[in-house]
Amino acid sequence: MVSRVMGMASKILRLLALGPLALLLSGCNLVIMNPSGDVAAQQRDLIVWSTVLMLIIIVPVILLTLFFAWRYRQSNTSATYDPDWHHSTRLEVIIWSAPLCIIVALGGLTWVGSHLLDPYRPIARLDAERPLPADVKPLQVDVVALDWKWLFLYPEQGVASVNELALPVDVPVKFNITASTVMNAFSVPAMAGMIYAMPGMQTQLHAVINKPGVYHGLSANYSGGGFSDMHFKVHGLSTDDFNRWVADAKANNTAQLGRAEYLELEKPSHKEPVRHFASFAPDLFNAVVNRCVDASRMCMDQMMGIDMRGGLGMAGTINVLTSPEPTPSGKPQRYVAAFCTFADARGTGQPAQSRAIN
Amino acid sequence: MFGRLSLNSLPLHEPILVATFAMVALGGIALVAAITKYRLWAYLWREWFTTVDHKRIGIMYVILALVMLLRGFSDAIMMRAQQAIAFGGSEGYLPPHHYDQIFTAHGVIMIFFFAMPLVTGLMNFVVPLQIGARDVAFPFLNNFSFWMTTAGAVIVMMSLFVGEFAQTGWLAYPPLSGIEASPGVGVDYYIWALQVAGVGTLLSGVNLIATIVKMRAPGMSMMKMPVFTWTSLCTNVLIVAAFPVLTAVLVLLSLDRYVGTNFFTSDFGGNPMMYVNLIWIWGHPEVYILILPAFGIFSEVVSTYSSKRLFGYSSMVYATVVITILSYLVWLHHFFTMGSGASVNSFFGITTMVISIPTGAKIFNWLFTMYRGRIRYELPMMWTVGFMVTFVVGGMTGVLLAVPPADFQLHNSLFLIAHFHNVIIGGVVFGLLAGITYWFPKAFGYKLDDFWGKLSFWFWLVGFWVAFMPLYVLGLMGVTRRVNHFDDSSLQIWFVIAAFGAVLIACGIACFLIQLVVSFMKRDQLRDWTGDPWGGRTLEWATSSPPPAYNFAFTPVVHDNDAWWDMKKRGFERPVEGFRPIHMPKNTGTGVILSALAVAFSVGMIWYMWWLAALSFVAILVVSIVHTFNYDREFYIPAEDVARAEGARTRMLAGE
Repeated sequence: MVSRVMGMASKILRLLALGPLALLLSGCNLVIMNPSGDVAAQQRDLIVWSTVLMLIIIVPVILLTLFFAWRYRQSNTSATYDPDWHHSTRLEVIIWSAPLCIIVALGGLTWVGSHLLDPYRPIARLDAERPLPADVKPLQVDVVALDWKWLFLYPEQGVASVNELALPVDVPVKFNITASTVMNAFSVPAMAGMIYAMPGMQTQLHAVINKPGVYHGLSANYSGGGFSDMHFKVHGLSTDDFNRWVADAKANNTAQLGRAEYLELEKPSHKEPVRHFASFAPDLFNAVVNRCVDASRMCMDQMMGIDMRGGLGMAGTINVLTSPEPTPSGKPQRYVAAFCTFADARGTGQPAQSRAIN
Repeated sequence: MFGRLSLNSLPLHEPILVATFAMVALGGIALVAAITKYRLWAYLWREWFTTVDHKRIGIMYVILALVMLLRGFSDAIMMRAQQAIAFGGSEGYLPPHHYDQIFTAHGVIMIFFFAMPLVTGLMNFVVPLQIGARDVAFPFLNNFSFWMTTAGAVIVMMSLFVGEFAQTGWLAYPPLSGIEASPGVGVDYYIWALQVAGVGTLLSGVNLIATIVKMRAPGMSMMKMPVFTWTSLCTNVLIVAAFPVLTAVLVLLSLDRYVGTNFFTSDFGGNPMMYVNLIWIWGHPEVYILILPAFGIFSEVVSTYSSKRLFGYSSMVYATVVITILSYLVWLHHFFTMGSGASVNSFFGITTMVISIPTGAKIFNWLFTMYRGRIRYELPMMWTVGFMVTFVVGGMTGVLLAVPPADFQLHNSLFLIAHFHNVIIGGVVFGLLAGITYWFPKAFGYKLDDFWGKLSFWFWLVGFWVAFMPLYVLGLMGVTRRVNHFDDSSLQIWFVIAAFGAVLIACGIACFLIQLVVSFMKRDQLRDWTGDPWGGRTLEWATSSPPPAYNFAFTPVVHDNDAWWDMKKRGFERPVEGFRPIHMPKNTGTGVILSALAVAFSVGMIWYMWWLAALSFVAILVVSIVHTFNYDREFYIPAEDVARAEGARTRMLAGE
């Protein structure tokens, strides 16, 4: 009962807050106010509630400002003039505690909201009405921001795509996100907002899309010359359609994303057309995060493991190679070379079986 | 010989730049010719360039800021025009290479070379007068600081016509600003402009802290200082604590770029996020460095034009100090979306919200200063009411952005752009324009023309709302910042409205410039003979307009807050005899020379002309050392000169 009243109050407040705006904006798509995924919907609710909380103090302040400005104008001699009145303990208590109360409320909302909507937190419900069915297995999508396009890897399905993200509706998705060279932000406003994609680092986002449809996805952090065209379509598909999408990608078995093809794809390019790959090199995402897709480079996790054990000492200093590839700056690019092992006598850093696909 | 500088570095193929250069060159030649014709070089050098008088240095800072405003605003107009036309296949008239430089330059110039010099200029001019001092603590340092700031501005302007500017956004996040993603000279221009100007800012911060702490008139305890002096003190404490972080982080970035270290690269254990943390540990205090003096100006203005003592002086002071401290605890809110955990994000979100409590208290204090006052709607008061109504909206959207889940949607969007322009224009710019109008008669001896001022005010106010409300809407539509062209034509109308708003603001700026000219022409009608045109309350209004070089013939003695109001109330009699010689610092050209050498050094570093960098670096050291042997730094203004100046003021006050 209480929750229903709260729900209604929430709706009414939302209407009140957005009513005039909605009138003005009818016809344009305020995607953040009208999203299609549960995470974004909760973010929207937080935006609305925070705004309402703050308006409790902002509206009176604006009205009082205008009223005092008019009432105490010089020409209004009937208003009281008290040039030495400059202190009132009671007023001071009110003007400090009124914002304090609002901030305490907002702070509570923030603490709870930040934890509930933590991008690292797995999805716990499909939407406000539907809990997560027990048999639903979350989909994993690995996201790589390249110069200047997006690469999406579907490890369970074994397919990959460039500049197109297909997601089954009402299935929680776990995104692992990284980048090749510079920082970007993986952003789908209709689904869950954004998380940065950063080279050598992996971030995470849990989200779900609730309505079939085509949504806008983009890079929300400026990343250089091709940034403005670095957007992609997000297709919210029914499970059948999603399976068909995967099958279509698989059918085109000439397109494979091995490590060599990845290194080719990684090179800067603008307005890359949508492309699908029937398969991709196993462990590709991990290699991207660890900056060792070029197998002659030592992976960062290995490097950090060695360093944790005390490093290589003098041997580490000679294990640095210079890349033969020309660099934009013209300065030689040096890197730490991979080790050779019994399994990998040439020191390519790659176990033998995965080299087959390369 | 010329490092990587060649004829190709000149943007001869860019018609926009060539035309701009032609205009700037013509303007420059005209200016130089006029100065030569009227034989002003010697006067300018003697009386202005080499001056150590805090008032003249303050005025020069403001002029620098206004010149740079024109540059920064041209960038803004170009961006608005590009985004208003680049839709549905049209790429607009600015290719990304050019557009990306423009938005970077816009941010850098508006913060470092418009807002900062304007704030520093007003503090320089007003603070010593408000505390009854004759100059700042270190007069030569003050001149040097100004010229270093100017040198930074010169370096930024140079990038317009020689080479290119950074294409990284105004904070130059690596790896994008690293040598591989930005191999050109743009980021180097950025680094050296900021480093050189940063020296000036830091030294001026040290100077003003020493001045406020050590040079207050007898009787002026800390809790009797005018609020503007208080906010200046806090601002300069922030400068001294924050700017070394910026310097250090840019040094590390330079090392990455020049000698191949790996502080912020992705390889060899480098960490770009460390840069993001460090730059915001400077960057967030920076926004309070800008807004606090504006708060101080509003406090002075509200109480003066309400003819009423400021409500809640001590709560105002505590609020300022609390903001100063808290500004160091919020930097992470600039990157909630970089994957911190929920507890870290909530902590920084909540500390950010807490800042709105003292800020809210300040707003209420201004409100209750107006309550039971007699408000005269002179221009500075109009700016203040405009500020109070505009700023609270920006404050609200700011707190909204501090809620991490909301920030996941709104970060980097045009909503964010609208928010910070809302507080920077609605707070800082309105405050500084109020300050300029308020103290102009003190600086030049005549008031600014009311008509053009009011026109400017209304254009700015309406222009601001028209230009930035569409950006809030676009932000809610999921549109991100720094985009060069769009596919979705339904967005266009909002960008067109925003561009129209920018045109209104342009009218506001034009009216302000016309106001300066008109006021100069009508200066005899607008003359302030009294030195106290507004019925002021603080000590700067106790002396003549413009004040004599020594500010006060006798150091005033302070008994109460609002020292001058108190003196007037007690029937203060201005002493007219018994003048004594006044000890003053002497002018010096060392600041100009050192800054010119700093520009040469930077050019050497930017273009890899190592011989030039080495040579000018050695020269900087030599000139600095030689300057320390200059013992001829002070002189006395003879008592007769003081008596003559004060006699003239006596006659002026008598209305002769």
